[in-house]
Amino acid sequence: MATAAQPTVSVGLGTRATLIGVALALSLAVAVLAGARYGFILMIGLGFGIVLEGLRFGFAGPWRAMILRREAGGLLAQLLAIALVAVVAFPLLASNPGELTGAHAPVGIAMIGGAFVFGIAMQLVLGCGSGTLVNAGSGNVVSLVALPFFAIGSFLGASHLFWWTDLGTLPTVAFSGTSGLIGTLAALTALAGVVWWRASPGGRVVPRRLVLAAVAVAALAILNLVVSGQPWGVVYGLGLWVAKAVSLAGADLSANAFWGAAGNMERVQQSLLTDVTSLTNIGIIAGAFVVAAWRGGLQDPLPKLPARAWIATVIAGLALGYSSRLAFGCNVGAFFSGISTGSLHGWVWFGAAFLGSVLGVRLRAVLGFER
Amino acid sequence: MATRRLTAFAALGLTAVVVLTDLATSAPLDPFRAPPAIALGSGQATSGAHCAALPGQ
Repeated sequence: MATAAQPTVSVGLGTRATLIGVALALSLAVAVLAGARYGFILMIGLGFGIVLEGLRFGFAGPWRAMILRREAGGLLAQLLAIALVAVVAFPLLASNPGELTGAHAPVGIAMIGGAFVFGIAMQLVLGCGSGTLVNAGSGNVVSLVALPFFAIGSFLGASHLFWWTDLGTLPTVAFSGTSGLIGTLAALTALAGVVWWRASPGGRVVPRRLVLAAVAVAALAILNLVVSGQPWGVVYGLGLWVAKAVSLAGADLSANAFWGAAGNMERVQQSLLTDVTSLTNIGIIAGAFVVAAWRGGLQDPLPKLPARAWIATVIAGLALGYSSRLAFGCNVGAFFSGISTGSLHGWVWFGAAFLGSVLGVRLRAVLGFER
Repeated sequence: MATRRLTAFAALGLTAVVVLTDLATSAPLDPFRAPPAIALGSGQATSGAHCAALPGQ
């Protein structure tokens, strides 16, 4: 999500037509080469990137606004989007259990710790799972540097996942059916009420732009579920990219408990163009690029940061990836998709990550990200 | 002066390198063995992987 001032550079109609044409052509090419489903999924990813960047809908920034300035609009918009998805996803999951799956994962010690660390790291680089992709695609150099380390961290976190879950993990709890939906909506309403109450009097309004974005993100998330059979996610795909690179370099992943599992080995051997989260991730980067170029927003100068900020970016990138695997997802896979498909771990993730964000917001100044 | 143009194109370039390398080294794509276009109503179990999923669950 862009953070600099709005650009003033005018972009020609031809350039804009080219941007749209190339994006559609790439989706069509994937559909022809890999299959229609994968072309659709890439288009959904492009939609996510366009909406997130175009309407400046994010996760890390609104949490920061709530913590520092008690501005609740962005966080309330997130809760609205989650509620909208839940209203559709709960009945779909209940009536199509074989074809669709929710983002259901167990709560555990490592899961809670991972979410807490993720909350810290996402405030350091001001980018969460989706935000790092969006920011990189729109030319944010901090996110571009963090992204490969995010992917490496995701690979390593998955590689060690069973060691962490063995520290203590409860059975998976997933709310379902009408009672599950009503309970989820009631909890979201209660959380929104607390957020509204804690907000400053002038920070309680959700801007029209964010309401529109919440509806659009919800629609895309539902499409993602309907087309791919699984909820929107980010971090699995990033770890997979590194797993494929490690495998290509000659390493044998078959002995690893996570990557050596049958389904994951198959994903490592098959093309990224048949992996759901890889396709949406690629689409998000490309969609954000399209919007940034469309606006003429690529003229902004790159920031000059001290060395300790770049070191912190690398460490935060690794932490984002590693911790999100222990937490069974990032703000997208755990918070957004977990809660909207009934998983208890999504709620626990939110609490732990928000506490981590409170600390992360304060660490930004210490590490030289702010002057 | 370096601008976001440099980093945005770098992001796209890196993504393209990842995809092209993968295409050259992974199992060949076969659209005729692809799953139905839409999972809902297909009658098939989902085959994708997700960050919330633990192998063996």
